[in-house]
Amino acid sequence: MLRLRTAKLSLQLMTDIDERSVTNLSVIPKEEYLYKCTSACAGCSSSLCLRYVLKAAGPDSVLVVPACCTSVLQGIYPGTAMSVPVYNIAFAAAAACASGLSNALAAQGKETNVIVYAGDGGTVDIGIQALSGAFERGTNFLYICYDNEAYGNTGMQRSGATPLGARTTTTPGGKPTAKKDLDRIVEAHNPPYMATACSAYPLDLYKKVKKALSIEGPKFIHILAPCPPGWRYPTEKTVEMGKMAVKTGTWILYEREFGKLSISGPSKAAMRKPAPLEDYIKGQGRFKNVSPEIFDLMRQQVQQNIDRLSREEAGAC
Amino acid sequence: MLTIATGNKAVAAAVKAANPGVIAAYPITPQTEIVEQIADYVTAGDLASKYIPVESEHSAMAACIGASAGGVRTFTATSSHGLLYMHEMVHWAAGARLPIVMANVNRALGPGWNTWAEHTDAFSQRDTGWLQVFVGTVQEAYDATLMAFRIAEDERVLLPVMVNLDGFALSHITQALETVDPGDFIPPYHLPHAIDTKNPCVYGPMTGPNDYYKFRWDIERSMRDARGVIAEVEREFAEQFGRSYGPTEDYRCDDADVVVIAMGTLGKEAEVAVDRLRDEGIKAGSMRLRWFRPFPDLDLAGREVVVIDRDYSFGFGGVVAHSVRSKTGVTPYSVIAGLGGQEVTYNDIADFVRNRHPGEEMWFGVSEHV
Repeated sequence: MLRLRTAKLSLQLMTDIDERSVTNLSVIPKEEYLYKCTSACAGCSSSLCLRYVLKAAGPDSVLVVPACCTSVLQGIYPGTAMSVPVYNIAFAAAAACASGLSNALAAQGKETNVIVYAGDGGTVDIGIQALSGAFERGTNFLYICYDNEAYGNTGMQRSGATPLGARTTTTPGGKPTAKKDLDRIVEAHNPPYMATACSAYPLDLYKKVKKALSIEGPKFIHILAPCPPGWRYPTEKTVEMGKMAVKTGTWILYEREFGKLSISGPSKAAMRKPAPLEDYIKGQGRFKNVSPEIFDLMRQQVQQNIDRLSREEAGAC
Repeated sequence: MLTIATGNKAVAAAVKAANPGVIAAYPITPQTEIVEQIADYVTAGDLASKYIPVESEHSAMAACIGASAGGVRTFTATSSHGLLYMHEMVHWAAGARLPIVMANVNRALGPGWNTWAEHTDAFSQRDTGWLQVFVGTVQEAYDATLMAFRIAEDERVLLPVMVNLDGFALSHITQALETVDPGDFIPPYHLPHAIDTKNPCVYGPMTGPNDYYKFRWDIERSMRDARGVIAEVEREFAEQFGRSYGPTEDYRCDDADVVVIAMGTLGKEAEVAVDRLRDEGIKAGSMRLRWFRPFPDLDLAGREVVVIDRDYSFGFGGVVAHSVRSKTGVTPYSVIAGLGGQEVTYNDIADFVRNRHPGEEMWFGVSEHV
C-alpha cells in the first residue's frame, strides 16, 4: 500500500506542474538511482526530492547522509534502495565527512560529485558548525538540506527550522520563536551558488541541482519538504502543501549565483500577489489553534521576507 | 638521516615519510607543533597531502573518515579535550574499519585547565576499537608512527591506530632522531571497501539486532589478529631499519624479583630507578607497556609488581593496575602518580619500589596508602 501510494504521488508530481515546464520535463533522465523499495512514510516528499536530485547528479556521485529520515528510508542492511554509494555518518559530521571525501577524490584526480543530503536538524542545529567550516574552507561539494521543519526521524520534535506557532512533540503549545534563517547564514559564507527549492517543483529542483554541480566550490540547496505525519495533513496533499507554501510566499524559490539573487519562476507571481496565508496553514494539524496574535506575526514574517528579497532583486539593497 | 627533534616533530617527520593523501588538523596544546610542522611541509611542497584545516576535532576525525573511505591514507593529531570532543567519530572510524592514524599527545583534562601529561585522555577511548601504542622516546615516536600506517592498513587489521606520546615530557623534549626512507615498508594505500561509484555500496546503514553483533565480533577478531601483525611489522622494521620493539620494552627483567610497569616517559624514568635499586641490591626490572590495545600477554609469574598509573578510573582504581591484575592474576602495588604533569623522578619511582605494599593503592603526594 505504501509503495502504491508513493508511486501514485510521484505520478501526481509529474503532471501537477505548470504549463511551460511540461515540455521540459522530458529532459529528466529515466534512470532511477532511488528504487521503489524505500522505507519512507507514505507521502514522503523528501524521498521524491532525492529521486530528482540523483537523476540530476547521475551515477558518478556519492551521497553523504547524516542521521535523518534518509538514514532510514535507504533500507536496512543488507538491503538498500540506493544505486549510488551512500556514506552514512554521525549527526553532526556530514559536511566534515564530505570535506574529507571531496579532498580524497580530488587527490586521486576524480571528478565524482560529493553530495550531502541532510535533514533540517542535522543542518540548522547539530550540523551547522561543520557546515560553516566546510563552506568557509571552500570545499568542493553540494550540500542539500531537505527541510521538513522538525526532527522527523525521531517523531517530530522541534528543530531550529520549525516555524513560529507550529506544534511539535516538544512544543505542544506551538513554537514560541521563529524559524532560524539558515539561508542567510549560508549566504554569509558567500558560496558561488545557493538556491531554495521545494518538492512540489521537481523540474526547478532538477535544474538547480544540475547547475550547482556544474560549479566548483561549496554549493547549497535548501529544499522545503512537506511531511504528512509531522505537519499532520493527509498523505495525498504533499504536493499541494508544497505548492501552497510557495504560492503564499511562505517559501520563496530563488537562486543566488556568485551573490546575485534571482527569484525563480513560481515565486515571482506569488511574491507580487501572495495567496492568503490561511490557505497554507489551515490544512496542517501542526498549526491548529494558532492564536490570532501568532498568526499575525506569521503573516508579518512572510511579508518581510517577500519585501526583503524583492528589494534585493530590484537592486534596492 | 641523523638529526635532533622534539617528539612532535618526530611524529610530523614520520607522517611526511608515509605521505598521506589527506591530513585534517585542528590545533590544541601540546599537539599543535605536529600540525604546524605538517602545514610547513605542505606549504613548502615537501608533502603533497591535501591539508584540511578543520573547525573542530569532531570534524577532523569526520574528515579523516570521509577521506580514508574515499581511498587515500589519512592522518590527524590531537590531545586531551580534542580527543574527547571527537569521541563519537573515534568510535565511528573503528566501526567503519578505516586505517586512520592519529597521534595523541597525552594531556590531562579540565577543569582546571592543565596542559601537562596524563593518560586519562587515551584511556577514555579504550573501548572504541582503536589500537593504541604508547611511546617513550623521540625516536620511538617516529618509528611507531611509521609502523602505525603499516599495521592499520594491513588487511588482517583494518582498524585505526592511535600513537600516544606524553605532553611536554616527550612532545617538547629534544632528542636524537634517525629518519629513514621507508621505501617498500609503506606500500601504496589500498582499502578493499573504498567508495567506488562503479561498485555502489551503502556504508553504515541501519543494521538490525540479527546483524549488528557480527560487525562487532569482526572488530574483535581483527584486534586479536593485530597482535600477530604488530609482531610481524615490528620484526620487519627491525630487519630493515635496525631498531626493534615489542608489546613491552623490558629492562633488566630477566632475573628481577620486582617489576615496575609504567607507560610512556615514566616507563623510561623507571629504567633509571631500576639501576639505582640494583645498586642497592634490590633485583628490580622495568617493563614499559607499549601496546595498550590490543593488550599484550605479560609474563609476571613469581614476581612482585609495582604499577604506576598516570590516570585514574574514579570509583575503581588505576586503569593499568587493574588491567595487569585481570590479565595476569598478579596483585600489584598500585601507584597513582604523574597526574596533570605532577613531577615523578627516578628517585620517587625507586621509593615506590622500596616501600611497596602489594594489593594496596597509593596516591603519590596525597598520602602513603589509601
